[in-house]
Amino acid sequence: MDTVFHTLHDFLLHSKNITYILVGGILVGMLLFWLFLSGRDEKKRTF
Amino acid sequence: MPQETAHKNKSIFTPFNVITGIIILGGLIITVLRFTGGLGAVTNLDDNNPWGVWIGFDLLVGVALAAGGYVTSAACYIFGLKRYHSAVRPAILTAFLGYALVVMALHYDVGRPWRLPYPIFLSPGTTSLLYEVALCVFLYLTVLFIEYSPAALEWLGVKRVRNLVVRLTLVLTIFGVILSTLHQSSLGALFMIAPSKLHPLWYSSYLPVFFFVSSIFAGLSMVILEGALAHRFLHDKMDETHLKESKAVALGFGKAASFVMMGYVAIKLIGIAIDNNWHYLATGWGLWFLLELLGFVALPAFIYAVAAREQNLRLVRWSSIIAVLGVVLNRLNISLIAFNWHLPSADRYFPSWMEVAISVFVVTVGIVAYRFICTRMPILYEHPDYQQH
Repeated sequence: MDTVFHTLHDFLLHSKNITYILVGGILVGMLLFWLFLSGRDEKKRTF
Repeated sequence: MPQETAHKNKSIFTPFNVITGIIILGGLIITVLRFTGGLGAVTNLDDNNPWGVWIGFDLLVGVALAAGGYVTSAACYIFGLKRYHSAVRPAILTAFLGYALVVMALHYDVGRPWRLPYPIFLSPGTTSLLYEVALCVFLYLTVLFIEYSPAALEWLGVKRVRNLVVRLTLVLTIFGVILSTLHQSSLGALFMIAPSKLHPLWYSSYLPVFFFVSSIFAGLSMVILEGALAHRFLHDKMDETHLKESKAVALGFGKAASFVMMGYVAIKLIGIAIDNNWHYLATGWGLWFLLELLGFVALPAFIYAVAAREQNLRLVRWSSIIAVLGVVLNRLNISLIAFNWHLPSADRYFPSWMEVAISVFVVTVGIVAYRFICTRMPILYEHPDYQQH
Protein backbone atom coordinates (compact mmCIF):
# COMPACT_ATOMS: atom_id res chain seq x y z
CA MET A 1 0.00 0.00 0.00
CA ASP A 2 3.05 2.30 0.10
CA THR A 3 2.33 3.68 -3.35
CA VAL A 4 4.10 6.96 -4.14
CA PHE A 5 1.77 9.65 -5.45
CA HIS A 6 3.14 12.55 -7.44
CA THR A 7 -0.12 14.41 -7.96
CA LEU A 8 -3.46 14.82 -6.19
CA HIS A 9 -5.02 13.22 -9.26
CA ASP A 10 -2.86 10.11 -8.77
CA PHE A 11 -3.89 9.92 -5.13
CA LEU A 12 -7.63 10.34 -5.78
CA LEU A 13 -7.56 7.90 -8.67
CA HIS A 14 -5.95 5.28 -6.46
CA SER A 15 -8.04 5.80 -3.31
CA LYS A 16 -11.33 6.13 -5.19
CA ASN A 17 -10.63 2.97 -7.21
CA ILE A 18 -10.09 1.02 -4.00
CA THR A 19 -13.16 2.63 -2.40
CA TYR A 20 -15.47 1.79 -5.33
CA ILE A 21 -14.34 -1.85 -5.28
CA LEU A 22 -14.82 -1.91 -1.50
CA VAL A 23 -18.33 -0.41 -1.74
CA GLY A 24 -19.31 -3.07 -4.28
CA GLY A 25 -18.10 -5.77 -1.88
CA ILE A 26 -19.95 -4.11 1.00
CA LEU A 27 -23.24 -4.03 -0.91
CA VAL A 28 -23.01 -7.75 -1.59
CA GLY A 29 -21.73 -8.45 1.95
CA MET A 30 -24.53 -6.52 3.64
CA LEU A 31 -27.11 -8.37 1.56
CA LEU A 32 -25.63 -11.72 2.55
CA PHE A 33 -25.44 -10.62 6.19
CA TRP A 34 -29.12 -9.64 6.12
CA LEU A 35 -30.00 -13.07 4.74
CA PHE A 36 -27.99 -14.67 7.56
CA LEU A 37 -29.59 -12.38 10.16
CA SER A 38 -33.17 -13.02 9.11
CA GLY A 39 -32.65 -16.57 7.85
CA ARG A 40 -34.70 -18.18 10.58
CA ASP A 41 -37.43 -15.52 10.85
CA GLU A 42 -40.98 -16.70 10.37
CA LYS A 43 -41.85 -16.21 6.76
CA LYS A 44 -44.71 -13.77 6.20
CA ARG A 45 -47.20 -14.73 3.50
CA THR A 46 -47.33 -11.98 0.93
CA PHE A 47 -49.97 -13.51 -1.28
CA MET B 1 -48.68 -4.66 38.79
CA PRO B 2 -45.79 -3.90 41.07
CA GLN B 3 -45.75 -5.84 44.24
CA GLU B 4 -45.84 -3.83 47.44
CA THR B 5 -42.37 -3.68 48.91
CA ALA B 6 -42.18 -5.77 52.05
CA HIS B 7 -39.00 -4.26 53.35
CA LYS B 8 -40.30 -1.17 55.09
CA ASN B 9 -38.59 -2.12 58.35
CA LYS B 10 -35.28 -2.91 56.67
CA SER B 11 -32.17 -0.97 57.72
CA ILE B 12 -31.11 1.84 55.40
CA PHE B 13 -27.51 0.53 55.61
CA THR B 14 -27.84 -1.88 52.69
CA PRO B 15 -24.67 -2.63 50.65
CA PHE B 16 -26.09 -0.49 47.80
CA ASN B 17 -26.77 2.49 50.06
CA VAL B 18 -23.39 2.25 51.83
CA ILE B 19 -21.34 2.05 48.61
CA THR B 20 -23.27 4.78 46.79
CA GLY B 21 -23.25 6.89 49.98
CA ILE B 22 -19.44 6.74 50.22
CA ILE B 23 -19.03 7.58 46.51
CA ILE B 24 -21.46 10.51 46.73
CA LEU B 25 -19.80 11.84 49.90
CA GLY B 26 -16.36 11.65 48.24
CA GLY B 27 -17.78 13.33 45.12
CA LEU B 28 -19.22 16.19 47.16
CA ILE B 29 -15.85 16.81 48.86
CA ILE B 30 -14.08 16.95 45.47
CA THR B 31 -16.88 19.20 44.19
CA VAL B 32 -16.04 21.69 46.95
CA LEU B 33 -12.33 21.49 46.00
CA ARG B 34 -13.17 22.00 42.29
CA PHE B 35 -15.34 25.08 42.85
CA THR B 36 -13.09 26.69 45.47
CA GLY B 37 -9.65 25.83 44.02
CA GLY B 38 -10.51 25.88 40.28
CA LEU B 39 -9.77 23.31 37.56
CA GLY B 40 -6.04 23.21 38.38
CA ALA B 41 -6.71 21.99 41.92
CA VAL B 42 -8.33 18.73 40.85
CA THR B 43 -7.46 18.02 37.19
CA ASN B 44 -4.42 17.22 35.04
CA LEU B 45 -5.73 19.42 32.22
CA ASP B 46 -3.32 21.81 30.47
CA ASP B 47 -3.03 23.85 27.27
CA ASN B 48 -2.22 20.73 25.21
CA ASN B 49 -5.12 18.83 26.72
CA PRO B 50 -7.93 21.20 27.61
CA TRP B 51 -10.52 18.43 27.27
CA GLY B 52 -10.07 15.50 29.60
CA VAL B 53 -12.06 12.61 30.93
CA TRP B 54 -15.00 14.84 31.88
CA ILE B 55 -15.55 15.56 28.18
CA GLY B 56 -14.35 12.19 26.82
CA PHE B 57 -16.35 10.04 29.21
CA ASP B 58 -19.05 12.10 30.92
CA LEU B 59 -20.10 14.05 27.85
CA LEU B 60 -19.25 12.02 24.73
CA VAL B 61 -19.99 8.59 26.22
CA GLY B 62 -22.96 9.97 28.17
CA VAL B 63 -24.61 11.43 25.06
CA ALA B 64 -23.94 8.31 22.96
CA LEU B 65 -25.35 5.92 25.56
CA ALA B 66 -28.38 8.15 26.12
CA ALA B 67 -29.35 7.65 22.45
CA GLY B 68 -31.71 4.86 23.48
CA GLY B 69 -34.34 7.52 24.13
CA TYR B 70 -34.71 8.74 20.56
CA VAL B 71 -34.09 5.32 19.02
CA THR B 72 -36.78 3.58 21.08
CA SER B 73 -39.40 6.31 20.79
CA ALA B 74 -38.77 6.57 17.03
CA ALA B 75 -39.15 2.78 16.67
CA CYS B 76 -42.41 2.81 18.61
CA TYR B 77 -44.13 6.03 17.56
CA ILE B 78 -42.67 6.83 14.11
CA PHE B 79 -42.07 3.34 12.69
CA GLY B 80 -45.16 1.98 14.48
CA LEU B 81 -43.41 -0.93 16.20
CA LYS B 82 -45.86 -0.94 19.10
CA ARG B 83 -44.52 -4.24 20.41
CA TYR B 84 -41.62 -2.21 21.83
CA HIS B 85 -43.91 0.19 23.73
CA SER B 86 -42.92 -1.15 27.15
CA ALA B 87 -39.29 -0.20 26.45
CA VAL B 88 -40.08 3.47 25.76
CA ARG B 89 -40.43 4.81 29.31
CA PRO B 90 -37.27 3.17 30.72
CA ALA B 91 -35.35 4.34 27.63
CA ILE B 92 -36.68 7.91 27.91
CA LEU B 93 -35.83 7.97 31.62
CA THR B 94 -32.27 6.75 30.94
CA ALA B 95 -31.88 9.37 28.22
CA PHE B 96 -33.27 12.14 30.41
CA LEU B 97 -30.99 11.25 33.32
CA GLY B 98 -28.06 10.76 30.92
CA TYR B 99 -28.44 14.24 29.42
CA ALA B 100 -29.10 15.83 32.82
CA LEU B 101 -25.84 14.32 34.08
CA VAL B 102 -24.00 15.46 30.94
CA VAL B 103 -25.04 19.02 31.77
CA MET B 104 -24.12 18.49 35.41
CA ALA B 105 -20.65 17.18 34.43
CA LEU B 106 -20.22 20.14 32.08
CA HIS B 107 -20.48 22.46 35.09
CA TYR B 108 -17.32 20.83 36.47
CA ASP B 109 -15.43 21.04 33.18
CA VAL B 110 -16.25 24.56 32.05
CA GLY B 111 -14.01 27.20 33.63
CA ARG B 112 -16.88 29.59 34.39
CA PRO B 113 -19.99 27.40 34.54
CA TRP B 114 -22.28 30.27 35.49
CA ARG B 115 -21.78 31.46 31.89
CA LEU B 116 -23.20 28.26 30.36
CA PRO B 117 -26.51 29.98 29.43
CA TYR B 118 -24.61 32.79 27.61
CA PRO B 119 -24.37 31.10 24.18
CA ILE B 120 -28.09 30.33 24.25
CA PHE B 121 -29.51 33.61 25.51
CA LEU B 122 -26.86 36.35 25.20
CA SER B 123 -24.26 35.75 22.51
CA PRO B 124 -25.16 32.94 20.10
CA GLY B 125 -22.20 31.93 17.94
CA THR B 126 -24.28 30.72 15.02
CA THR B 127 -21.27 29.63 12.96
CA SER B 128 -19.88 27.42 15.73
CA LEU B 129 -20.41 23.67 15.96
CA LEU B 130 -20.08 23.89 19.72
CA TYR B 131 -22.97 26.37 19.73
CA GLU B 132 -25.08 23.91 17.76
CA VAL B 133 -24.24 21.12 20.20
CA ALA B 134 -25.06 23.38 23.17
CA LEU B 135 -28.37 24.49 21.66
CA CYS B 136 -29.38 20.93 20.73
CA VAL B 137 -28.46 19.51 24.14
CA PHE B 138 -30.37 22.34 25.84
CA LEU B 139 -33.46 21.79 23.67
CA TYR B 140 -33.28 18.00 23.75
CA LEU B 141 -32.96 17.95 27.55
CA THR B 142 -36.14 20.04 27.65
CA VAL B 143 -37.86 17.65 25.21
CA LEU B 144 -36.76 14.64 27.28
CA PHE B 145 -38.05 16.26 30.45
CA ILE B 146 -41.48 16.74 28.85
CA GLU B 147 -41.40 13.19 27.41
CA TYR B 148 -40.55 11.78 30.84
CA SER B 149 -43.05 13.96 32.74
CA PRO B 150 -46.19 11.77 32.24
CA ALA B 151 -44.65 9.17 34.57
CA ALA B 152 -44.07 11.79 37.27
CA LEU B 153 -47.52 13.33 36.69
CA GLU B 154 -49.21 9.92 36.98
CA TRP B 155 -47.32 9.38 40.24
CA LEU B 156 -48.45 12.79 41.50
CA GLY B 157 -52.01 12.21 40.26
CA VAL B 158 -52.14 15.31 38.04
CA LYS B 159 -54.43 13.85 35.39
CA ARG B 160 -55.25 16.84 33.17
CA VAL B 161 -51.70 18.00 32.60
CA ARG B 162 -50.59 14.40 32.08
CA ASN B 163 -53.24 13.87 29.38
CA LEU B 164 -52.18 17.09 27.67
CA VAL B 165 -48.51 16.04 27.61
CA VAL B 166 -49.37 12.55 26.29
CA ARG B 167 -51.10 14.20 23.31
CA LEU B 168 -47.75 15.78 22.42
CA THR B 169 -45.95 12.41 22.20
CA LEU B 170 -45.55 12.27 18.41
CA VAL B 171 -44.41 15.90 18.10
CA LEU B 172 -41.90 15.41 20.91
CA THR B 173 -40.60 12.22 19.30
CA ILE B 174 -40.04 14.02 16.00
CA PHE B 175 -38.26 16.87 17.82
CA GLY B 176 -36.16 14.30 19.67
CA VAL B 177 -35.06 12.55 16.47
CA ILE B 178 -34.20 15.83 14.73
CA LEU B 179 -32.25 17.24 17.68
CA SER B 180 -30.42 13.94 18.28
CA THR B 181 -29.45 13.60 14.61
CA LEU B 182 -28.04 17.11 14.76
CA HIS B 183 -25.99 16.96 17.93
CA GLN B 184 -24.90 13.31 17.88
CA SER B 185 -23.23 13.99 14.53
CA SER B 186 -21.96 17.43 15.55
CA LEU B 187 -20.10 15.94 18.50
CA GLY B 188 -18.07 13.98 15.95
CA ALA B 189 -17.73 17.02 13.71
CA LEU B 190 -16.11 18.90 16.63
CA PHE B 191 -12.98 16.79 16.17
CA MET B 192 -12.67 17.69 12.50
CA ILE B 193 -11.03 20.90 13.64
CA ALA B 194 -7.98 18.92 14.74
CA PRO B 195 -6.71 16.87 11.77
CA SER B 196 -3.12 17.17 12.96
CA LYS B 197 -3.91 16.08 16.52
CA LEU B 198 -6.18 13.08 16.03
CA HIS B 199 -4.58 9.89 14.69
CA PRO B 200 -5.40 9.41 10.96
CA LEU B 201 -7.13 6.08 11.62
CA TRP B 202 -9.72 7.85 13.78
CA TYR B 203 -9.74 11.19 11.96
CA SER B 204 -12.02 11.30 8.96
CA SER B 205 -14.20 13.79 7.17
CA TYR B 206 -16.96 11.24 7.87
CA LEU B 207 -16.62 11.63 11.67
CA PRO B 208 -20.14 13.12 12.00
CA VAL B 209 -21.58 10.10 10.17
CA PHE B 210 -19.56 7.69 12.35
CA PHE B 211 -20.79 9.38 15.54
CA PHE B 212 -24.42 9.38 14.43
CA VAL B 213 -24.48 5.77 13.23
CA SER B 214 -22.64 4.54 16.33
CA SER B 215 -25.13 6.41 18.52
CA ILE B 216 -27.94 4.29 17.03
CA PHE B 217 -26.43 0.96 18.05
CA ALA B 218 -25.16 2.48 21.31
CA GLY B 219 -28.75 3.40 22.16
CA LEU B 220 -30.11 -0.01 21.09
CA SER B 221 -27.44 -1.84 23.10
CA MET B 222 -27.99 0.36 26.12
CA VAL B 223 -31.74 -0.38 26.09
CA ILE B 224 -30.96 -4.14 26.00
CA LEU B 225 -28.41 -3.83 28.83
CA GLU B 226 -30.65 -1.63 30.92
CA GLY B 227 -33.55 -4.07 30.40
CA ALA B 228 -31.33 -6.92 31.62
CA LEU B 229 -30.28 -4.94 34.71
CA ALA B 230 -33.89 -3.93 35.46
CA HIS B 231 -34.89 -7.59 35.11
CA ARG B 232 -32.19 -8.56 37.59
CA PHE B 233 -32.52 -5.81 40.21
CA LEU B 234 -36.01 -4.30 39.77
CA HIS B 235 -37.89 -7.45 38.83
CA ASP B 236 -40.58 -6.81 41.45
CA LYS B 237 -41.35 -3.41 39.92
CA MET B 238 -42.14 -4.85 36.47
CA ASP B 239 -45.68 -5.74 35.48
CA GLU B 240 -46.70 -8.71 33.37
CA THR B 241 -46.63 -6.77 30.08
CA HIS B 242 -43.08 -5.57 30.68
CA LEU B 243 -41.89 -9.02 31.71
CA LYS B 244 -43.58 -10.60 28.70
CA GLU B 245 -42.31 -8.05 26.18
CA SER B 246 -38.75 -7.80 27.50
CA LYS B 247 -37.55 -10.82 25.49
CA ALA B 248 -39.03 -9.53 22.23
CA VAL B 249 -37.51 -6.08 22.90
CA ALA B 250 -34.03 -7.52 23.53
CA LEU B 251 -34.09 -9.85 20.51
CA GLY B 252 -35.61 -7.24 18.18
CA PHE B 253 -33.19 -4.53 19.26
CA GLY B 254 -30.28 -6.98 19.07
CA LYS B 255 -31.18 -7.80 15.48
CA ALA B 256 -31.42 -4.12 14.57
CA ALA B 257 -28.15 -3.32 16.36
CA SER B 258 -26.42 -6.18 14.54
CA PHE B 259 -27.26 -4.81 11.09
CA VAL B 260 -26.43 -1.19 12.02
CA MET B 261 -23.10 -2.30 13.53
CA MET B 262 -22.11 -4.18 10.39
CA GLY B 263 -23.01 -1.05 8.41
CA TYR B 264 -20.82 0.94 10.78
CA VAL B 265 -17.87 -1.41 10.20
CA ALA B 266 -18.43 -0.95 6.48
CA ILE B 267 -18.41 2.86 6.56
CA LYS B 268 -15.33 2.84 8.82
CA LEU B 269 -13.55 0.78 6.14
CA ILE B 270 -14.72 3.26 3.50
CA GLY B 271 -13.25 6.02 5.70
CA ILE B 272 -9.87 4.29 5.68
CA ALA B 273 -10.04 3.61 1.95
CA ILE B 274 -10.94 7.15 0.87
CA ASP B 275 -8.00 8.59 2.85
CA ASN B 276 -5.74 5.70 1.85
CA ASN B 277 -4.76 5.02 5.46
CA TRP B 278 -4.29 1.26 5.08
CA HIS B 279 -0.59 1.38 5.95
CA TYR B 280 -1.37 2.61 9.48
CA LEU B 281 -3.12 -0.69 10.22
CA ALA B 282 0.26 -2.43 10.39
CA THR B 283 1.39 -0.22 13.31
CA GLY B 284 0.66 -0.45 17.04
CA TRP B 285 -2.06 2.17 16.64
CA GLY B 286 -3.49 0.05 13.82
CA LEU B 287 -3.78 -2.98 16.10
CA TRP B 288 -5.54 -0.84 18.72
CA PHE B 289 -7.89 0.46 16.00
CA LEU B 290 -8.60 -3.08 14.78
CA LEU B 291 -9.26 -4.21 18.36
CA GLU B 292 -11.87 -1.47 18.66
CA LEU B 293 -13.45 -2.12 15.26
CA LEU B 294 -13.32 -5.92 15.12
CA GLY B 295 -13.32 -6.85 18.81
CA PHE B 296 -15.88 -4.34 20.04
CA VAL B 297 -18.07 -3.75 16.97
CA ALA B 298 -17.85 -6.61 14.44
CA LEU B 299 -17.72 -9.32 17.14
CA PRO B 300 -20.79 -8.15 19.11
CA ALA B 301 -22.59 -7.58 15.78
CA PHE B 302 -21.96 -11.21 14.87
CA ILE B 303 -22.98 -12.41 18.36
CA TYR B 304 -26.18 -10.34 18.12
CA ALA B 305 -26.90 -11.97 14.74
CA VAL B 306 -26.37 -15.49 16.08
CA ALA B 307 -28.48 -14.67 19.16
CA ALA B 308 -31.29 -13.26 16.98
CA ARG B 309 -31.26 -16.42 14.85
CA GLU B 310 -31.20 -18.74 17.86
CA GLN B 311 -33.62 -16.55 19.89
CA ASN B 312 -30.99 -16.64 22.63
CA LEU B 313 -31.74 -13.91 25.18
CA ARG B 314 -28.64 -14.55 27.29
CA LEU B 315 -26.36 -14.13 24.28
CA VAL B 316 -28.03 -10.85 23.28
CA ARG B 317 -27.49 -9.46 26.78
CA TRP B 318 -23.82 -10.47 26.88
CA SER B 319 -23.30 -8.97 23.46
CA SER B 320 -24.87 -5.69 24.60
CA ILE B 321 -22.15 -5.38 27.27
CA ILE B 322 -19.40 -5.73 24.64
CA ALA B 323 -21.17 -3.27 22.33
CA VAL B 324 -21.57 -0.66 25.08
CA LEU B 325 -17.90 -1.07 26.04
CA GLY B 326 -17.03 -0.63 22.35
CA VAL B 327 -18.81 2.71 22.20
CA VAL B 328 -17.05 3.82 25.40
CA LEU B 329 -13.70 2.78 23.90
CA ASN B 330 -14.43 4.57 20.62
CA ARG B 331 -15.30 7.87 22.30
CA LEU B 332 -12.28 7.65 24.63
CA ASN B 333 -10.01 6.82 21.67
CA ILE B 334 -11.16 9.85 19.72
CA SER B 335 -11.15 12.35 22.58
CA LEU B 336 -8.20 11.13 24.68
CA ILE B 337 -6.20 8.07 23.63
CA ALA B 338 -5.60 8.75 19.92
CA PHE B 339 -5.77 12.51 20.47
CA ASN B 340 -2.37 14.26 20.61
CA TRP B 341 -0.91 10.87 19.67
CA HIS B 342 2.25 12.46 18.29
CA LEU B 343 3.18 14.19 21.57
CA PRO B 344 5.93 12.70 23.76
CA SER B 345 4.50 10.64 26.62
CA ALA B 346 5.51 13.31 29.16
CA ASP B 347 3.10 15.74 27.49
CA ARG B 348 0.26 13.26 27.15
CA TYR B 349 -2.83 13.61 29.32
CA PHE B 350 -3.74 11.13 31.99
CA PRO B 351 -6.65 11.97 34.30
CA SER B 352 -6.01 12.67 37.97
CA TRP B 353 -7.72 10.36 40.46
CA MET B 354 -10.08 13.20 41.38
CA GLU B 355 -11.25 13.57 37.77
CA VAL B 356 -12.00 9.85 37.65
CA ALA B 357 -13.72 10.07 41.06
CA ILE B 358 -16.01 12.85 39.79
CA SER B 359 -16.92 10.71 36.76
CA VAL B 360 -17.73 7.78 39.06
CA PHE B 361 -19.72 10.19 41.24
CA VAL B 362 -21.75 11.40 38.25
CA VAL B 363 -22.55 7.83 37.13
CA THR B 364 -23.50 6.91 40.72
CA VAL B 365 -25.87 9.88 40.98
CA GLY B 366 -27.50 8.61 37.77
CA ILE B 367 -27.93 5.07 39.12
CA VAL B 368 -29.37 6.34 42.42
CA ALA B 369 -31.79 8.69 40.59
CA TYR B 370 -32.87 5.88 38.20
CA ARG B 371 -33.51 3.52 41.11
CA PHE B 372 -35.34 6.23 43.08
CA ILE B 373 -37.65 6.98 40.15
CA CYS B 374 -38.24 3.34 39.11
CA THR B 375 -39.19 2.30 42.65
CA ARG B 376 -41.77 5.08 42.88
CA MET B 377 -43.07 6.03 39.45
CA PRO B 378 -44.74 3.95 36.72
CA ILE B 379 -41.67 3.34 34.56
CA LEU B 380 -41.50 -0.46 34.51
CA TYR B 381 -45.25 -0.95 34.89
CA GLU B 382 -48.40 0.75 33.65
CA HIS B 383 -50.25 2.84 36.18
CA PRO B 384 -53.64 1.14 36.77
CA ASP B 385 -55.50 4.43 36.18
CA TYR B 386 -53.85 5.00 32.79
CA GLN B 387 -53.85 1.62 31.03
CA GLN B 388 -53.38 1.82 27.24
CA HIS B 389 -51.46 5.09 27.26
